[in-house]
Amino acid sequence: MSELFDFLVTAIAIISLCLGSLGVVLGALGLIRLGDVYQRMHGAGIVDTGGAGLILFGLLLLSPDWTVAVRVALIGMLIVFTSPTATHAIARAATLAGIEPILARRSRKKPQKDDA
Amino acid sequence: MEPQTALIVTLAALAIGVFFAFIRATLGPTAFDRVLAVNTIGTIAVLVISVHGFWAGRPEFLDIALLYALINFIGTIAVLKFFRFGTLGDHPPRHKEDA
Repeated sequence: MSELFDFLVTAIAIISLCLGSLGVVLGALGLIRLGDVYQRMHGAGIVDTGGAGLILFGLLLLSPDWTVAVRVALIGMLIVFTSPTATHAIARAATLAGIEPILARRSRKKPQKDDA
Repeated sequence: MEPQTALIVTLAALAIGVFFAFIRATLGPTAFDRVLAVNTIGTIAVLVISVHGFWAGRPEFLDIALLYALINFIGTIAVLKFFRFGTLGDHPPRHKEDA
């Protein structure tokens, strides 16, 4: 029974680590491929939530000791609280610096195209 | 699959992620692209330190990862404040009208 439990925990940890790796790679790819700052924040958000969250969950299941588990949970809580704050600060700074989202530019051009 | 293999795969994926974010930090048209990419590199660095600690069987590295997570956030906020005001608070801000 205990062997089965250990096997299940390890399997879930490995699956979680692999999915988290996928999230990190896809988020970083979005950081390259997307159009402007505001869209790239979406890719950075995937790295910070999906990637970091799943990888830290996998490490939490693999941790041999409860003190290690507490530290992993602490890192996860820290990332959960600081990552949206940093992203919000970057978005606010970009807005105040006068950078427009490309979708806003596109929707403003549309009426002119209809007139012509 | 052994947990060690999964940890190695995770380390490889994190390396690819750092590479992509580094490309964005190099190319980024505006300063905010670079700040965003550097922030992502910092988050991935925290993950690399944690995963490497587990892979090497020495989870004491988690303390260092915790410190990196703290300094990453403070550094991002400090760089943004410097872009905004041209100073970190030792002089009065340059743009007082939109502060």
